[in-house]
Amino acid sequence: MTTMDTGHSNGLHDHHDLPYLARKGGVWTTVKDWMTTVDHKKLGIMYLFAILTLFFAGGVAALLVRAELFNPVRLVEGTGINGIPARYEGQMLGQWFGASPENPNEGNLWYNRAFTMHGAIMVFMVIVPGIPASLGNFLLPLMLGAKDVAFPRLNLLSWYVYLTGSIFGVLAILYHGVDTGWTFYTPYSTTTDAGHWRVVYMILAAFILGFSSILTGLNFVVTVHKLRAPGMGWFDMPLFVWAIYATAVIQVLATPVIGITLLLLIFERVFRVGIFDPALGGDPVLYQHFFWFYSHPVVYVMILPGMGVVSDIIAVHSRKPIFGYRAIAFASLGIAGVAFIVWGHHMFASMSEIGSVVFSALTFLVAIPTAVKIFNWVSTLYKGSIALTTPMLYALVFLFLFAIGGLTGLPLATLSTDLHLHDSYFVVAHFHYVMFGGTIIALLAGLHHWWPKLFGRSYSEPAAKIGVFLVFVGFNLTFFTQFFLGTHGMPRRYASYPDEFTMLHQWSTVGSFILGLGFFWHLLVFIHSLAVGERAKENPWGALTLEWEADSPPSEHNFSHEPVLKHGPYDFETTVPPHWDAKDWPLPDPAAVAANRH
Amino acid sequence: MTTIDANSPAPHGHEIDPNKPLYQQYKHGHHFRNAEEEFDACKTGMWLFLATEVLLFAGLFMAYTYFRFKYPEAFANGSQYLDWRWGALNTVILLISSYTAAMAVRNAQLNQQAKLRLNLVITIFCGLLFIAIKFIFEYLPKWSQGKRPGSLFSYPFSHDAWEPMWWSVYYSATAIHALHVVIGAGLLAWCLRRSLKKAYGPTHYTMVENSALYWHLVDLIWIFLFPLLYLIH
Repeated sequence: MTTMDTGHSNGLHDHHDLPYLARKGGVWTTVKDWMTTVDHKKLGIMYLFAILTLFFAGGVAALLVRAELFNPVRLVEGTGINGIPARYEGQMLGQWFGASPENPNEGNLWYNRAFTMHGAIMVFMVIVPGIPASLGNFLLPLMLGAKDVAFPRLNLLSWYVYLTGSIFGVLAILYHGVDTGWTFYTPYSTTTDAGHWRVVYMILAAFILGFSSILTGLNFVVTVHKLRAPGMGWFDMPLFVWAIYATAVIQVLATPVIGITLLLLIFERVFRVGIFDPALGGDPVLYQHFFWFYSHPVVYVMILPGMGVVSDIIAVHSRKPIFGYRAIAFASLGIAGVAFIVWGHHMFASMSEIGSVVFSALTFLVAIPTAVKIFNWVSTLYKGSIALTTPMLYALVFLFLFAIGGLTGLPLATLSTDLHLHDSYFVVAHFHYVMFGGTIIALLAGLHHWWPKLFGRSYSEPAAKIGVFLVFVGFNLTFFTQFFLGTHGMPRRYASYPDEFTMLHQWSTVGSFILGLGFFWHLLVFIHSLAVGERAKENPWGALTLEWEADSPPSEHNFSHEPVLKHGPYDFETTVPPHWDAKDWPLPDPAAVAANRH
Repeated sequence: MTTIDANSPAPHGHEIDPNKPLYQQYKHGHHFRNAEEEFDACKTGMWLFLATEVLLFAGLFMAYTYFRFKYPEAFANGSQYLDWRWGALNTVILLISSYTAAMAVRNAQLNQQAKLRLNLVITIFCGLLFIAIKFIFEYLPKWSQGKRPGSLFSYPFSHDAWEPMWWSVYYSATAIHALHVVIGAGLLAWCLRRSLKKAYGPTHYTMVENSALYWHLVDLIWIFLFPLLYLIH
């Protein structure tokens, strides 16, 4: 299998048969090798580390926000701006960052920066590239039986573009962060912090990251079209590939619009050209339309890959053909299509009544393909031989949380209820259930499912399950309470609140720290696995997709020979004998299976 | 773009024979089954990239439409300040360059190396001429008269309070287009440099084809910008 495993007996293989993680020399050679690699696997791993590092940074910002909200902050002291009495005592961020009776708003400013940085980092640098750039890069060619993505050097370029964008983001943080909110709504974003470049850095970061997203998406679309293994038709592809494909299409078609929007925003801020400034004849609502025309489709860039991960995991870990393969595949494309015509539901307050009604009606369309997927997953579980492994547990957590997230979207799409709920904690809870309960949970599921393939090591199942428990409890405690905060009228983005909300806010904060602990625990499990974990087998779960036919970890050129498709991705019924255990991989001869069945 | 092209010699110790033209020695990427598949993939990739470019400009066209309806008078006035003759001349220049770009691809396919280089030179020259006319006869005089975007506007004889908005749209759209002309000329210059070493011929001309496609798109966008900015009053 690998040289370390002495799987090859002839000893004649060239360096392409070495596992991709094998070192080729000293430290400097290794660093250079990784920094100039065009190998989709190495790039996927580098993305994974970058994304997890930024996830940590965004998470710290979130915990700052939650810590601040532990206290309602009632003490009134100082005069504040324009002589309006301002609260500052007892405000955590205020105490840390030097609020005083003369300067009581310092704490509020830092609170605004903390939630902006949380949002901007998590959206632009973590969730959008999250699954496609890390797991997608690593797995897509393997699942298609290809040696690499269509344009390996473009892939490397895209990684450096991502890195450049992230560096601008980090620069904005080092200059104390921005307080615009992650949506950069004008006119606030063009006037706040006047005389400082940090807002421009942050907008530039989002602009550059968009290019990385476009290039990755373009690469993936062409890869799926051109590099499928011989015998692999469109409906023989794993559903993860379908999901990545639909995602890539949205990335390619929606991201250029945010590109021009952010470019105009930078023009606006630097030269004051006035396109979004009402004083000069411009229109801030135009900015909102531009922004959401991208940023709504991108919501599905965030969730579709997660759905793909879950489709694969549920089928493999209940060892059953996925129910409604085509329905799930087309639902992915359906979601990608609907994605482009619902952006207005982010702007009900700033549109005409007719516009709102139309967008409200269109928004309900999203529920159809989404529900198709959920029902198909549940049907797949029915009478399956379910193994409650960590990836499967996370897939079930995904189903549970995503269903809540999806259903709470309906009152937000309904105009009459949205009137009360918009801009409240209900919205915050809703999109965290979808983005976190959906995408991040799916990332965790996928990370555990493919961990043996990524690094060639097993992780400790019992330990990882403790992590699942912590994350599940922590997440629900953090965000379920926020539904109640929202329905009781707590608006988003405020550093202080009336006493009546104290209890719910405190539960939420406690939950967020349990969640943080859960992630820390997972980090330890992963480090433990990399350090002393057992060597993983080629196919520990008994899955049928092509990536499991490669070594663990895969060799530099993925496969020793060009793989030819012998069965569909989920043909468990015809290829796997009853009571077969994944430990007995490889699978027996299909003829014997058929004979046994009769 | 060079990445899409992937036309440098294969990295794995592949020797270059100085006596044979470079294009005959081209080895396709190891992850493709053959050169045709690679060519198809590169072209698909380029078309997708062009789609993103169209969408980028779609945002600008939306802004144009929106503000045209919001401030019809300012926009009608604004286009009076532009001299349609410069615009028309630039349109003709770009159309000629699109023809020579297309011919360059044809020359590569037919292995007409001298004509390939000539057509590339003409195309690049037209691109630079376009930029020169734009800057010397349009941007500079207008800018110095105070016909500038947004808050920078200082033209004393404006007829409409919202004329600065017209200039914002005009400068944003044409400057981003001009940037694309420069990028396109850069791509073609790269082709020219490689074609001196006979890197393109009947069996391999991906980069020329893709650069020409990009050039046509740049041309096409100007074909829309010209009437919208210069001709509609």
